[in-house]
Amino acid sequence: MSASGGPAVLAEALTKKFGDFTAVDHLDLRIERGQVIGFLGPNGAGKSTTIRMLCGLLLPTSGRASVAGFDVGREPEAVREHIGYMSQKFSLYGDLTVRENLRFFGGIYRVRREDFAERMRFAISMAGLEGRQNALVHTLAGGWKQRLALGCAILHRPPVLFLDEPTSGVEPEARRQFWDLIHDLAAEHVTILVSTHYMDEAEYCNQVALIDRGTLIAMGTPSELRGHRLSGQLYELRCSPLGGALKALRGVTGVVEAAIFGDRLHVVLAENAPAGADIRRLLSEHGIQADLPRRIMPSLEDVFVQLVSRGAEHRVTA
Amino acid sequence: MFGRLSVMLFKEFIQLRRDRWMMFRLIVPLFIQMVVFGYAATFTVHHVATAVLDLDQSQASRSLISHFVATSRFDIVDMARNQRQITRDIVHDRAVVAIVIHAGFSQDLESGRAAPLQVIVDGTNSNTALIALGYLSQITSQFSAEWAARAISLNVSAVRPETGIRLEPLPWFNEGLNERWFFIPGVIGTLTLLQVVSLTAFAVVREREVGTLEQIMVSPIRPFEFILGKTVPFFLIGFGDIALVTAFGLLWFRVPFVGDPLVMLGGSSLFLMAAVGMGLLLSTFSRTQQQAFALNFFLLNPFFILSGFAFPIAAMPRFLQWFTMINPLRYFLVVIRAVFLKGVGVDVLWPQLLALAALAGVMLTVSVLRFRKSLE
Ligand SMILES: Nc1ncnc2c1ncn2[C@@H]1O[C@H](COP(=O)(O)OP(=O)(O)OP(=O)(O)O)[C@@H](O)[C@H]1O
Ligand SMILES: [Mg+2]
Repeated sequence: MSASGGPAVLAEALTKKFGDFTAVDHLDLRIERGQVIGFLGPNGAGKSTTIRMLCGLLLPTSGRASVAGFDVGREPEAVREHIGYMSQKFSLYGDLTVRENLRFFGGIYRVRREDFAERMRFAISMAGLEGRQNALVHTLAGGWKQRLALGCAILHRPPVLFLDEPTSGVEPEARRQFWDLIHDLAAEHVTILVSTHYMDEAEYCNQVALIDRGTLIAMGTPSELRGHRLSGQLYELRCSPLGGALKALRGVTGVVEAAIFGDRLHVVLAENAPAGADIRRLLSEHGIQADLPRRIMPSLEDVFVQLVSRGAEHRVTA
Repeated sequence: MFGRLSVMLFKEFIQLRRDRWMMFRLIVPLFIQMVVFGYAATFTVHHVATAVLDLDQSQASRSLISHFVATSRFDIVDMARNQRQITRDIVHDRAVVAIVIHAGFSQDLESGRAAPLQVIVDGTNSNTALIALGYLSQITSQFSAEWAARAISLNVSAVRPETGIRLEPLPWFNEGLNERWFFIPGVIGTLTLLQVVSLTAFAVVREREVGTLEQIMVSPIRPFEFILGKTVPFFLIGFGDIALVTAFGLLWFRVPFVGDPLVMLGGSSLFLMAAVGMGLLLSTFSRTQQQAFALNFFLLNPFFILSGFAFPIAAMPRFLQWFTMINPLRYFLVVIRAVFLKGVGVDVLWPQLLALAALAGVMLTVSVLRFRKSLE
C-alpha cells in the first residue's frame, strides 16, 4: 500500500459522539509530510479524542481518516505499524527500568535485533539518561520521563508521530529541550502532531490547528494566524478594575473584541473606533482608571480568544 | 507472534518479581489457609458444657450420667437441683446442653417401658447443637443396649432383648473421617481460584488504570498476544500454588494421595483456564483496581460457599444447586478429592472433567470477546 506521496494525515468529516455529546464534529484536516502541527484548544475541545481516532484507539462515529496513507478504519494494523503515540497520561512502566521499558516497546514493535542496540543507545542519549539505564522509571523526574516516553514512541522509526500534551506538567527548561527533540525529528521528515495548552509552544509549529468544541476553527502558520485573522488592530490597556472596563468597552462601536490578559486588557479596535484618549475618557466616566491604549503585536492567544468568542456568538445566534 | 508473547511474559515476570507485596500475597494466605483448615476447621465437638438435672437419683440414672462423662464429649458443669437452675444455665451460656432425667427413670427401665430422657440444647450454634445431639443419642443407645444385655444375663423376664437396627459406620476412603483430609484438597481449589482470578484481573486493570494498556494498544500487537501475555503468567502461578499446597498437604499433614497425578494435572489445567478466564472477564467490568477488588470480593465468596468446599451441595435449595453447575470450583473439588482420597481415574471423573473443559472454553471465549470489545 501507499507509504509515499499524499498527506501524512487526512481526515474528512471525522466525527465522534459519546452518547448525545459530540466530542469531535465533522473535522477536516490535512497535514503534509514532515510538518510539525500544533493542536491548540481549551480543555475538552476534542484534541485527545481526535488523536485517539487517528491512532485507531477509538472508532469514529462517522467520517473517515487516513494516516501515512492507510485508512484508519480499514487498515488499523498498518496504521499502527507507522505511527508513534504518546498519550496525555504518562504511560511507561514505572516499575521497570529505563532499559527494560525500551526493551519491552522495542519487542512489541519487533524492532530488528541488529537495529535495536543502536536505537536504544540513541533513545537513552536523547533522553539524557546515560548512566541511568538501570534506574526504575518511576524514580525519574518529569522531563526525563517525557523524553524517555518519546524515545520509546520512536523506537520503530514511525513516519508519523502523535504527541498528546507531551509537555504538560513539565518545567519550562525541560519543555524547551523537548521541543528541540521534536524539531530534530521533523528535520528527518517525521510528521508530528502535538497537542498543547501552551500558546507559546504553538509558535514552534509549522502549522497550528485551533480546535474548539470539537470543530476546527482555524488552521495556518503562526504568522498567518496572527496577521490575517484579527479583524482590527490589537491594543493593550492597563486599567482597573478590569471587569468593569470590560463591560464598559463591549458594545462601543469599533471595539471588536476585549479580553482580560493577566493584569490588563487586550482590545481589538477597528478603523472606526474612538481614539486612545477618547477611550480613556470613556472609561473614566465609568469610574475606571486607565492608561492610554498601547498598540502591540498580536500573539496566537489573542487570535485564539477572538476566534473562540466569535465561534460562540455564531453558535448562540445560529 | 512468539516474539511479542515472550516480550510480554518477560515483562510480566519482572513486574511480579519486583512487586514487594506479591510474594507476601502469594505465600502468606497459602500458609494461613493451610493452618486454619489443617488445624482449626473441624466438625468434631469436644467438651460440651453440660448441665444435668437428675430427679431420679437411682443407680440407673447415675450410670447413665457416668456414660456421658466417660467420653470427653461432654463436661458436666452443673448438677442442678431444679428446672429453674437448668434454664438459668442455658440462658447464661454456662451450658450448651442440659439433660433432665425424670423421676421414675429406673422404674421405667426395670419394667421394660420406654424411659423418656429430656434433652435441652442451645440452638444458637445450630451446628454444634446438632452434633452434640448426635453424640447424645449415640451414648444413650449404647447405654440402653448395655442395660438390655445386663437384663438378659440377670434373666429378668420382663425385659426382652432389644431387636432394633444398629448402625455400624464403615467409612471408606477416609477411615478416620479425618476432616483434614477433606479440607486440604479443598484448600487447593479455593486458594488457587482466589489467587488466579484476582491476580489476572488486577494485572489487566492496573494497565488500564495506569494508561499502559492504551500505549500497548497503539502498537501492532494482536489482542490475543496481549491476552496470552496477561494470562499465561497467572496460569503458571496457579500451577505453582497447586504444587505447593499439595506438597504441604502430603508432607506435613500426611494426606494420602492414592490417585493418578496425570488426572490431577489435566483437571488442574482445565480449572486454571477457567480461572484466568474469570479473571479476564472480571477485568472487563472494572475501570479501577478498587472496582476490581470489590467485584472480586463479592463474586468469589458465593463461588466458595456454593462449591461443596464446606457445605454439601445436595442440601442446598434447587436454584442454588443450579448455580453450582457453572462453578468450576465445584467440579474441581470433586476431581481433586477423588484423586487424593479415592484414587479413581478418568473413567469415573469424566463428567467433571468434561464440565471443567466446557466451562474453561466458555469463560475464555466470553472473556476474550468482551475484552477485545473493551479495548475500543
Ligand atoms: N470515553 C468518553 N466518554 C464520554 N465522554 C468523553 C470520553 N472521552 C472524552 N469525552 C468527552 O469529550 C470531550 C473532549 O475530550 P478530549 O479529551 O478530546 O478533550 P481535550 O481537547 O483533549 O481536552 P484536554 O485539554 O482537557 O485534554 C470532553 O468533554 C470529554 O469529557
Ligand atoms: Mg486531551
